[in-house]
Amino acid sequence: MRYRLVVLLSLVAWLAAAAAGHAATTAPSPEVTQALADLVGEDADRREAAVTVLGQARDPKWLQFLRALRDGGVYARTRAGTTELVVGGTKATRGDQDVIDIVGAYDREPLGTVPLAELKEVPADRRLRLTIKSFVDADETRAQLADPDPAVRRGAAVKLGNQAEIAAVATVEAALQKETDRWVRHALTEALGLIRLAHGSREQRVAAARTLGEIHSGSAREALGRLAADPGASPAERHAATQAIRRLERWSLLTTTVETVFQGASLASILLLMALGLAIVFGLMGVINMAHGELMALGAYATFVVQNWFRATWPDRFDLYFGVALPVSFLVAAAVGLVLERGVIRFLYGRPLETLLLTWGASLIIQQGLRLWFGAANVDVSSPSWLSGGVPVMVDVTLPYNRVFIIGLATVSVAATYWLLFRTSAGLRIRAVTQNRAMSSCLGVRAGVVDATTFAFGAGLAGLAGCALTQIGNVGPSLGQNYIVDSFMVVVTGGVGKLAGTILAAAGLGGLTKGIEPAFGAVFGKVAILVGVILFLQRRPAGLFATRGRNAEA
Amino acid sequence: MAEYSRRGFLKGSLAAGTALGAGLGFPNVLKAQETVKIGVLHSLSGTMAISEVSLRDVVLMAVEEINAKGGVMGKKISPVVVDPASNWDLFAEKAKQLLLQDKVAVVFGCWTSVSRKSVLPVFENNNGLLFYPVQYEGEECSKNVFYTGATPNQQLIPGAEYLMSKEGGAYKKFYLLGTDYVFPRTANKILRAFLLAKGVPAANIEEEYTPFNHQDYQTIVGKIKRFASGGSACVLSTINGDSNVPFYKEFGNQGLRSENAPIMAYSVAEDELRGMDASALVGHLAAWNYFQSVENANNKKFVQAFKAYAKKTNLPGGDRRVTDDPMEAAYFGVYIWKQAVEKAKSFDVDGVRKAVYGQTFAAPSGTIRMHEYNHHTYRPVLIGEIMKDGQFKIVSRTKGLVEPEPWSKYTSPDKGCDWVKHQGTYQKKA
Repeated sequence: MRYRLVVLLSLVAWLAAAAAGHAATTAPSPEVTQALADLVGEDADRREAAVTVLGQARDPKWLQFLRALRDGGVYARTRAGTTELVVGGTKATRGDQDVIDIVGAYDREPLGTVPLAELKEVPADRRLRLTIKSFVDADETRAQLADPDPAVRRGAAVKLGNQAEIAAVATVEAALQKETDRWVRHALTEALGLIRLAHGSREQRVAAARTLGEIHSGSAREALGRLAADPGASPAERHAATQAIRRLERWSLLTTTVETVFQGASLASILLLMALGLAIVFGLMGVINMAHGELMALGAYATFVVQNWFRATWPDRFDLYFGVALPVSFLVAAAVGLVLERGVIRFLYGRPLETLLLTWGASLIIQQGLRLWFGAANVDVSSPSWLSGGVPVMVDVTLPYNRVFIIGLATVSVAATYWLLFRTSAGLRIRAVTQNRAMSSCLGVRAGVVDATTFAFGAGLAGLAGCALTQIGNVGPSLGQNYIVDSFMVVVTGGVGKLAGTILAAAGLGGLTKGIEPAFGAVFGKVAILVGVILFLQRRPAGLFATRGRNAEA
Repeated sequence: MAEYSRRGFLKGSLAAGTALGAGLGFPNVLKAQETVKIGVLHSLSGTMAISEVSLRDVVLMAVEEINAKGGVMGKKISPVVVDPASNWDLFAEKAKQLLLQDKVAVVFGCWTSVSRKSVLPVFENNNGLLFYPVQYEGEECSKNVFYTGATPNQQLIPGAEYLMSKEGGAYKKFYLLGTDYVFPRTANKILRAFLLAKGVPAANIEEEYTPFNHQDYQTIVGKIKRFASGGSACVLSTINGDSNVPFYKEFGNQGLRSENAPIMAYSVAEDELRGMDASALVGHLAAWNYFQSVENANNKKFVQAFKAYAKKTNLPGGDRRVTDDPMEAAYFGVYIWKQAVEKAKSFDVDGVRKAVYGQTFAAPSGTIRMHEYNHHTYRPVLIGEIMKDGQFKIVSRTKGLVEPEPWSKYTSPDKGCDWVKHQGTYQKKA
């Protein structure tokens, strides 16, 4: 117990001296010399006091030394009767002897390579490691508070708030004065409020409760609950806490709703992106394309290849790779789709069952090809920095960039598809061939060319979906199989042949999944959705938007 | 793939054989004619191939090493490699084939618990011998199986204990998240019982499962975020395979950080990290009995030997291959068997089984010991922090070895496993 107090006190002193600057000296002070001597000794109390002395020196070099000590990299070397401490580096085996590079304890001046047998490791037991940890942690938190990345600063502020130690007040206040980023300021204000709530005077606690309520601090929910139920607290404190909790509850309802809506929209956009190509190939052309998933996988692998190319040739422009990967994945999948269509599918129009078998075979070939070429294991696709992390839009709600991007991509893809189908002459021809192949041929539409381009376009959309999926999931040869069922589910539910149906079905299924998942859990959520789809199709076998009229059977 | 690798192995052993013949002269070549067959029962195709192929590789490497040093009791080991193709029924069939048709002395194999359960009756009815190398949920005590991986108290509980300790961050709220199958379900049952026994209130424990290949972790991460607000919350994850990348990515993207809410993973090792963009995982933790980054001479030799072996036999990945916990357990299993055979001076299953008890071996993770009567293994427990290169920085390590407990004292305090004084699982007297 006693040593904890010592550590705590020293920490307080240390944090209070935050602005004082560190006491770097060329010659070690007598205390430090004594501490180093104690460290080699056997007395656990003195060893701990020694670590405290070194930690309190607030010298980054001694902190680095303490880290090495914690990791078991500090050795004692006895030469000519005197013992000195050194820090070990890389180990190697030379002949039958293990040797190690060593550097000085403080200045890290290289001291050459010596046999490991000449050194004695200075052990850091649990007690010593805990003592070191408090110094290293405090140092890390301070470094994080000065980090250029706001997300890191915010993380440190949240940590200080959760720890709610009175000693950190000065650090937080100092950081708050310099901070400009809105969300880091929020986290710092929250931290200050939490500390005051835990350690402040009665007036400070009332004010802190009020502030925490005003800034919608979710982290304070528990602490406020304790205060509201504390019989020792004044009525004013309890009142302020109750008020704040009420505010927090209203806010949490709002954030949960916003989050659920966004999650539904995100899932819907992913489903839509996957199903769009299928809706064109299956819906408009009547080809049950079992290889749709593998076309997505091709797009994903195209992204992987582009990424590797950028990494090898343009490492400083790495973030741009995704912009290049998008069109490349579209083109690769479209090219494969074109080959597939011209090579075999065109001989089987109007025979859906044969195309099912054929495309199933094609999917196995593509899958195995990917496995042979890239290996059976998953490959890693890194997210560019502009798709990592998220944008905080309100307190407690962070929208991930990758999901925002996919919502945008899905919207653009749908808009482009609509424009192509309904605003261009190519689209007119596609629709004409879909409705009545024989008649359009008679009128001079080259049905074969139309078929090929339509199929290639659908395949390209699949490639695009694959490219987008690299940002949220795995890339492996069996990627397609994970998504094909969902894609078909969307198209069938929406009604074959109707783009609007596909869009509505994607939105509906996405929203519904996210709406029921919090209550049912992921496993039963999925079951519930499938049951729902089956019941729906029982009622309306043709899906949401049935094709009516003369070509309904075509 | 199986064909290909077998050919690769044949080439390797041929080369080794020639070298040996040249180096040691005629009598050894004569001896090399005598062989003993062992079975290797790992999926080389299908969903589990990603994990299990590495185990096949490392077992064959151990065999090659042993053969290069003269084999077992003067006999060369001849491995029979079969491919149960991630199909549980096929596991039983192939096991039967190995035991009855090929008459192997021992089998090294299985990964998933369901595959082990499927071969269990085959080994028990035919008195075979299986070395099972993967950490598992326990609650099993077979006379014909030696478990070289961790039992729950050698991985699950030390991981949670570390997070509860002051050194690990003194976390007080636990989110148990897993893929929906037998290991995570049993693991979380044990973890929950442990946490409750340690005084964690039930309100501070949350449990959730996702289907295999689950990709959309938005809702769950949202829940974790609310659970973690207020601090001192951590995640204990038994999420398997593919689902890890989307989970960790979503976790980071929604603004959660390892400093504030760390994830302790029980199913993510170096071999899985090979196919992942590890940047989203950096700073999170994993609990195992071995990491490639363990520093000692045995491990250095092991890692180098495996990389060289992978390169020599043209395994995919070549010398960029990594080693991990199940691979280490599979590797030393072969040596434990060899030592036991030499102690028993026979390949007879019953003799070898008794000789395995208490056997020690200087494994890459340090010296390990087979338990004296419960068929499991004493192992050290390590906690590692994931680094950017997909390796682990070891942040905590138990002093000495941890005794295996096939029946967790938190969920089955009345059961024990003993093949010396009892007949396997027995009721402990109160």
